[in-house]
Amino acid sequence: MPERELTFAQAVREALSEEMRRDSRVCIFGEDVAEAGTPFKVLSGLVEEFGAERVLDTPISEAGFTGVGVGAAMAGLRPVVDIMFGDFLTLTMDQMVNQAAKVHYMSGGHWKVPMVMRTTLGATRRSAAQHSQSLHAWFSHVPGLKVVLPSTPYDVKGLLKTAIRDENPVILFEDKMMYKMKGPVPEEEYTIPFGVADVKRTGDDITIVATSSMVQVALGAATLLEKEGISAEVVDPRTTWPLDEKTLIESARKTSRVIVVDEGYGRYGVTAELAAVIAEGAFYDLDAPVKRMGAMHVPIPFSPPLEDLTVPTEQTVSEAARQLCGKS
Amino acid sequence: MTTTTSKHDTGREVSSAKEKWLRAYRQMVRIRLFEEQVNELYTRALMPGLAHLYSGEEAVAVGICEALRIDDYITSTHRGHGHCLAKGATPDRMFAELLGKEAGYCRGKGGSMHIADPATGNLGANAIVGGSVGIATGAAFAAKRLGTGCVAVCFFGEGALGQGSLYEVMNLAQLWKLPVIYVCENNLYNEYTHYSETTAGDILGRATAFGIEAASVDGQDVRKVNDLATRFIERARAGGGPAFVQANTYRYSGHHVGDINREYYRSKQEEQQWKTERDPIKLLSKWLIAESYADSAQLEGVHSDVHAEMEAAVKFAVAAPYPAPEEVDQDVYA
Ligand SMILES: Cc1ncc(C[n+]2csc(CCOP(=O)(O)OP(=O)(O)O)c2C)c(N)n1
Repeated sequence: MPERELTFAQAVREALSEEMRRDSRVCIFGEDVAEAGTPFKVLSGLVEEFGAERVLDTPISEAGFTGVGVGAAMAGLRPVVDIMFGDFLTLTMDQMVNQAAKVHYMSGGHWKVPMVMRTTLGATRRSAAQHSQSLHAWFSHVPGLKVVLPSTPYDVKGLLKTAIRDENPVILFEDKMMYKMKGPVPEEEYTIPFGVADVKRTGDDITIVATSSMVQVALGAATLLEKEGISAEVVDPRTTWPLDEKTLIESARKTSRVIVVDEGYGRYGVTAELAAVIAEGAFYDLDAPVKRMGAMHVPIPFSPPLEDLTVPTEQTVSEAARQLCGKS
Repeated sequence: MTTTTSKHDTGREVSSAKEKWLRAYRQMVRIRLFEEQVNELYTRALMPGLAHLYSGEEAVAVGICEALRIDDYITSTHRGHGHCLAKGATPDRMFAELLGKEAGYCRGKGGSMHIADPATGNLGANAIVGGSVGIATGAAFAAKRLGTGCVAVCFFGEGALGQGSLYEVMNLAQLWKLPVIYVCENNLYNEYTHYSETTAGDILGRATAFGIEAASVDGQDVRKVNDLATRFIERARAGGGPAFVQANTYRYSGHHVGDINREYYRSKQEEQQWKTERDPIKLLSKWLIAESYADSAQLEGVHSDVHAEMEAAVKFAVAAPYPAPEEVDQDVYA
């Protein structure tokens, strides 16, 4: 029998509905999450099944309802807070960074915040500077938070279920451009543990470590490279924290050349950390410095020909790989 | 700028009132026909991304901006084309911006939600709900401190009442008696949710709690909006401090151009009722004709003039070049 396929959006919805059926403490709140099912229609049907007590439309008050999520989690619920665009995370920062992330530690381990925040990242939707950012590095920087970057329907379902069951604040970023992407998702129950990277494609000549939106870009680049006789391995860490350092380092030691690609800003970004981990762990096996690729260090421009220059593509990644392999 | 109402006893006032309201009429028609072209550009897949149309709400932007000086400030929203035009922007450079062209107000870098224009005091449209409440209040602070006599108008939708920073700055504006007018355009919906589901209590009370003078106005009646705006703006200019306006209005189209099937949150009948009974352009045209300020042929003439203006502007924008690739990292820092 052929494997069942779901879109990324359907996989998110299925994870949420399964967890809501399993655990009555799970509830969702955010802007236009109920009847509208979010602007991306990711949550369609949930309010119909679970009712307005568990799927709640909020006012446009990100700071406020994120705080409500923190408090509700401390007092016995399992809230899944929806922040429509990752850009609006800026408004939630105090609640996430000063409150959610620190409550457990500051209270000497007495209180916990089992809350999930779901939000988006990614450019190239022609949405301009305030609706296109990828701000996951900010959260990866903060002790006490876990950060999840699913790149396939299979991964998002398993990782979101794990996030809901986790006892800590978890923030999960979904690439807006990925919602319609289809992929195999088995019917039977599964979860994916945090801190376990997934080798999306095996190869021998070069490792491309890619996150979220960049995984498909890396796989596309690997296909281009294959035609030229370069065998690329694509490794997806899936969570930036906890981080599966071992798999990254092992792949780097095997291939001896590494590109790290992520849609956030390169400077002081996720790629900087991943490159450092690999450089430290695989120093004696590397034939070249680890190459970092991320968003250009500019606010995302609206104009399409400019916007397209700001994110790594199959072409730019494969070109960087050729250079690293001395074949350009 | 005259502040007369429909009462006109001298010949001079008649002609100034006539000019004033005919100008307001034209401005509203410009916004309406601008937005029609935007929808057309979207439908024909000529415009990248999305746009939030202002059709139906024209009397608010025009009523307010006609009471402002060119050097007064405004801040605008994701639904900003109307504010921008009403404050004096030209449609050719606006369309160019919407298409991401170099000739646009922001060299193509901002797009529909970010049009800014120092020449007309437009501090910028904003894609963050409530994102400009501080900016408008800060501009008012600067105007007061520098003694320019300027006021700042902060346009926002009723959805922004959810943002806490609005209350922080209103408190501050009243403490410091800043020349800022908060204009809440209540078009009944935050995206796809009726405002009554997201807004507890009294809207004007949010301002009066700080001692800020506040009033509601029929946002479909440009004359009423303008009267109220004139009073508040002149008061602010004279040092009387901030004010808050709730303009009751309606957006005719979806939340954005792609929001086509919307019967799950509002009925076609409701939309139709606003369009036939409360249309700001129709209401003003009726009044202009009743006052013998214009006849219907003249008003139709306005529509065809404006239509030609918009067609030419679109043509300009479509033909205009995109910015060069080297532009991409220019203007990150001043
Ligand atoms: C801080 C923030 N949260 C959410 C959004 C997404 N969003 C864009 S417009 C909108 C609704 C705004 O409603 P309102 O302020 O009433 O303005 P209207 O669209 O009705 O003109 C929302 C939720 C946003 N842009 N910014």
